[in-house]
Amino acid sequence: MKLSGSDIIVRTLIEQGVDVVFGYPGGQVINIYDSLYKFQKELRHVLTAHEQGAAHAADGYARATGKVGVVIATSGPGATNLVTGIATAYIDSVPLVAITGNVPTTVIGTDGFQEIDITGITLPITKHNFFVGSVDKLADTIREAFRLAKSGRPGPVLIDVPKDVQTAMYFYQPQPPIQADEKAPAKEVRILQAADCINAAKRPFIYFGGGLITGNAQEELLELAEKIDAPLGCSLMGLSGIPSEHPRFLGMQGMHGHYACSMAMHRADCIIALGVRFNDRVTGNRAKFATSAKIVHIDIDGAELGKTVNPAHGLRGDVKKTLRMLLPLLDAVKRPAWQDEIAELKAEELRNQDNRPGMTPRAILETVNRYLDDDTPVATDVGQHQMWAAQYLKFRHSRRFISSGGLGTMGFGMGAAIGSQLGTGQRSVLITGDGSFGMCLNEMATAVSERIPMVILVMNNGVLGMVRQWQTLFFDRHYSNTTLDQRQTDFVKLAEAFGARASRALTLEELDGALKAAFAYDGPYLIDCAVDKDEFVLPMLPPGGSMDDIIVRIGD
Amino acid sequence: MNRFTIAILVNNEFGVLNRITSMFRRRQFNIISLAVSETESPTFSRITIQSEGDTVAKQQLINQLYKLPDVKSVLEFNPEETVSRELLLIKIANNPDNRSGLTAATEAYEGKIVDYTKDSVMIQMVGDSRKITNFVNLMRDFEILEICRTGIISLERGSSTITKNVFI
Repeated sequence: MKLSGSDIIVRTLIEQGVDVVFGYPGGQVINIYDSLYKFQKELRHVLTAHEQGAAHAADGYARATGKVGVVIATSGPGATNLVTGIATAYIDSVPLVAITGNVPTTVIGTDGFQEIDITGITLPITKHNFFVGSVDKLADTIREAFRLAKSGRPGPVLIDVPKDVQTAMYFYQPQPPIQADEKAPAKEVRILQAADCINAAKRPFIYFGGGLITGNAQEELLELAEKIDAPLGCSLMGLSGIPSEHPRFLGMQGMHGHYACSMAMHRADCIIALGVRFNDRVTGNRAKFATSAKIVHIDIDGAELGKTVNPAHGLRGDVKKTLRMLLPLLDAVKRPAWQDEIAELKAEELRNQDNRPGMTPRAILETVNRYLDDDTPVATDVGQHQMWAAQYLKFRHSRRFISSGGLGTMGFGMGAAIGSQLGTGQRSVLITGDGSFGMCLNEMATAVSERIPMVILVMNNGVLGMVRQWQTLFFDRHYSNTTLDQRQTDFVKLAEAFGARASRALTLEELDGALKAAFAYDGPYLIDCAVDKDEFVLPMLPPGGSMDDIIVRIGD
Repeated sequence: MNRFTIAILVNNEFGVLNRITSMFRRRQFNIISLAVSETESPTFSRITIQSEGDTVAKQQLINQLYKLPDVKSVLEFNPEETVSRELLLIKIANNPDNRSGLTAATEAYEGKIVDYTKDSVMIQMVGDSRKITNFVNLMRDFEILEICRTGIISLERGSSTITKNVFI
């Protein structure tokens, strides 16, 4: 059967198991939108307010489900508006397929209206990209894009399709969804060496990241921790990988990580790192990072081994299969002395816990915790609220903390919360700040039109809090362009203007009431939640510092 | 910093060279020399790159190359086991005072005069990079009008080939 290129695109997406796509129409994808109209019963399209929101929504969908997110945009500005979303997905290893239209092949290269070299632009922020020059390659290219997006270390793939390729006719034969490449475990000899290293350790520490979630290795991780009696910590991307309340779990490590976690990692003599990439927010000053530890680093991406820190043992392979092979080689031991030391670190952390009364970040998020179900996906934007959410929110199931870790994209949250809601069918929660929310609040329109059950908690302090915190600590309180109080945006009225519900919370009682109403409503509900502008995210490891420089309390 | 030479077998499609060099640029690996050509198979092109860096940087470079779907194989050359050549074309001003010196040097280096006019002499030379560089330095005594070098190309000695590690 011969179909048009645009029909082939939509049919191939359906064939690949896609149930929802996010996007925005335009001149060079109008044919694809005509095909979406034709196949609307089989494939839902969610129209966003902006292509960036569509990209973040596809990303949030993918993070929450583990499936490939799909976004469609037109040529030129439609395509360039995807760039931040694609880059966000790239750095956090999220499987995404972006389809862009382009001017007809006869016009390509002539600077036609809304022509842009999007494959050139996205070269460094995609796993791979394709310019499809003829319709006979279209279906297979889309299949290949799905294979690449989900194989190995996942990531975004972009397919640029000129308009005349969308209108050309070609044979189409449905195929079963393409499978991700088989993932091999690390080499046996490497595993043996790593086992010796771990068996010789006195103070092992297990450190995991997003790769543990992608690699589905939670069970093996916990088995490992039990067997060698080691504490667990994670990077921002690892959050929700295991239940937050697990007794061995010390929380997040890094610049704003939990004190006990960062200190335990600092004092460890062996760090077993699983699907994590030791970026600068984790290591601080690399020369002073975990100097007493040997690192056993397991990652599916061989290029991560030795990229920033030098592991004693670098194991390239699937984390689940590698751990399965590693586990029988390890001695089961109890380490009372090390556990006592960990307990003391936890006690120290508890002593520094923020117990002030009133609307403290901790109190706000502890209140939110009471409303979260096991499966509630929580998206964040970027800044202080993100770190507070990472520190205080409790997760029980994997893939429920949806946050831009690597790129740190303010404006990520609205789209991500919409996408994760649609992916999971669960009410989603967005923790955001007044700065981040301002960047992509246009997606309120999407949340309303799609009637997305979501709770938007704006931690509103009237400042760009994270930058302000740095200005306070390192720039002599020169609050250059971080004070937003002259904006006078009324977020409650704004939400209502979009057709959402909203209320304001100045006290914890009001917050509790607002959350109650929000979690009872089947559409978007915004809570404008007051936070003092001089709240700090603590502890803080100053940029480029080491654990000796950690700031636990202001005034230290 | 240590110099090293690698060969990269890639899909023979448009834009692939850009993907390779873009990765070098993005991660700040320096390209000292670059040569691209077709191969024994129409499916693949071969890119020979000379770069520099310590062992860790070199390994990172190779690992990053393997992440590009168009890269089919990467071979790092051991200088002991490798034949490496460059081609030089150099154009020197021709005048009665330097003719004998020019021809003597060219003969000594087993070069070849491939163009000869009243005002200029073009010399072709094949050899390893050091020989070419030495010859160019020698020519600085004369008036150099133009220089063009192809960049290094290399093959392993013996029957071994780059396709032995193709993992398609």
